[in-house]
Amino acid sequence: MAYVAVKGGERAIDNAHAWLAADRRGNPDVPDLGLAQIREQLGRAIDRVMAEGSLYDQDLAALAIKQSQGDLIEAAFLLRAYRTTLPRFAHSEPVDTATMAVRRRVSAVFKDLPGGQVLGPTYDYTHRLLDFTLAAGTAPPPPATAHATGAKMQRVNDFLVHAGLIEPDAPAGTTPGDITRQPLTFPAPRDVRLQALARGDEGFLLGLGYSTQRGYGGNHPFAGEIRVGEVTVEIEPAELGFAIDIGDITLTECQMVNQFKGSKTQPPQFTRGYGLAFGHAERKTMSMALVDRAMRAEELGEDVTAPAQNVEFVLYHSDNIEGTGFVEHLKLPHYVDFQSELETIRRMRAEADAGKEAAE
Amino acid sequence: MTPHASPAIAARQTWMAVLARAEAAELAALIANAPPLPEPVILRGPEVGLVMVRGRIGGGGGPFNLGEMTVTRCTLRAGATVGHASIAGRVPERAVLAARIDAGLQDPARHDALHAAVIAPLAARQAAKRAESAAKAAATRVEFFTLQTMRT
Repeated sequence: MAYVAVKGGERAIDNAHAWLAADRRGNPDVPDLGLAQIREQLGRAIDRVMAEGSLYDQDLAALAIKQSQGDLIEAAFLLRAYRTTLPRFAHSEPVDTATMAVRRRVSAVFKDLPGGQVLGPTYDYTHRLLDFTLAAGTAPPPPATAHATGAKMQRVNDFLVHAGLIEPDAPAGTTPGDITRQPLTFPAPRDVRLQALARGDEGFLLGLGYSTQRGYGGNHPFAGEIRVGEVTVEIEPAELGFAIDIGDITLTECQMVNQFKGSKTQPPQFTRGYGLAFGHAERKTMSMALVDRAMRAEELGEDVTAPAQNVEFVLYHSDNIEGTGFVEHLKLPHYVDFQSELETIRRMRAEADAGKEAAE
Repeated sequence: MTPHASPAIAARQTWMAVLARAEAAELAALIANAPPLPEPVILRGPEVGLVMVRGRIGGGGGPFNLGEMTVTRCTLRAGATVGHASIAGRVPERAVLAARIDAGLQDPARHDALHAAVIAPLAARQAAKRAESAAKAAATRVEFFTLQTMRT
């Protein structure tokens, strides 16, 4: 692809950006939107921008959302660009979701389980009717409280693992791949696939996950468990030589339980798909777990027939920053390319006309 | 946090964890009423960078890279001790203050007073905040009308 060097247009660009800034501000009679308001009141947008921007920082996400006028892909792009300006100090110890301070935990496979079904702050069971009291700015009543036992919430999968009914976690091991450092290559191991899915576009993953449910690479899922809450992030600074907490982050985890796999040596077991993402992101992690399981088709000896099972297709198209870059670059000048196409089509038409005249 | 085998290091881990979770305003208010800290000599930072957060495949399997988070670190010398802070977010002032407090807490002459003035109240507030969140969650726990034995 060739681009033609175009001079000029600077004044137009400057003026366009000045208008953009005024347009972003909107009617100056309306109070300016504060970052704290975005952070506190548009939490799900913050979560999505952090997940797809692959950078956990609520204040930066709030700024990005304000700057992009709420265009969340643009906002994620801003976070991705910002992260390139910072050095990486360390990687964390793997976070332990079993010790999560759970705000929400539901299982669709067991009704009664230790720790119980905890609904947390959920949109489930709301009637999706517009609430005009919000438009009026009415303060909500304080949430109810009840005695908390403080017991650790065991993962639902652990019950099935103990009974041998589900595949256990693969043994912990090597240093994981990192797509921010090494280019994606195939076959991509599951650690790399999960990293790509965790930052993948929620809409794309939702569509793919939905396609598996509708029969394109179906694997009969149950939501074994979804949990949302805070986990501690620990690092081991080289200068200290011991691990320290640097703070807590909100994560959502989804464990999908899927239909069986067995062999001559092993009785049938449920198989699993896994989803984990920054913030409160149930739709994202559920979709991720469906797609993660679908991409394990080859490993589990299933036919690879559907888009969601095609690892290369999924991973090359799940990143909305890359996708938006390539789709939107089409609006940049392609004057020379198009000139050559014009010449080609004129020549073809001239040849066709000449052929017609010769035939007459 | 995985507590270290050495009690001295385990105690330091605990107060560093409390400092990492402290909010700027409450830290500033508490330190104003604490015994004065020695003037620090900054050895490194405060500087903002990234930590790559790792998860585990399936929750308990091998590690994978989930995404990055911002972090601020600072190392300084105060008197005879070296203090350090690594704190989530872009918080240079808080990182310096936390490192100064970390240095002060390692000084046996200052430890008890500083701990009582800063760490103990912070820890109590953080525990109360966690308990409040847990209590809200507990109120949304479903109580089924008929309880059956779970089958596995």
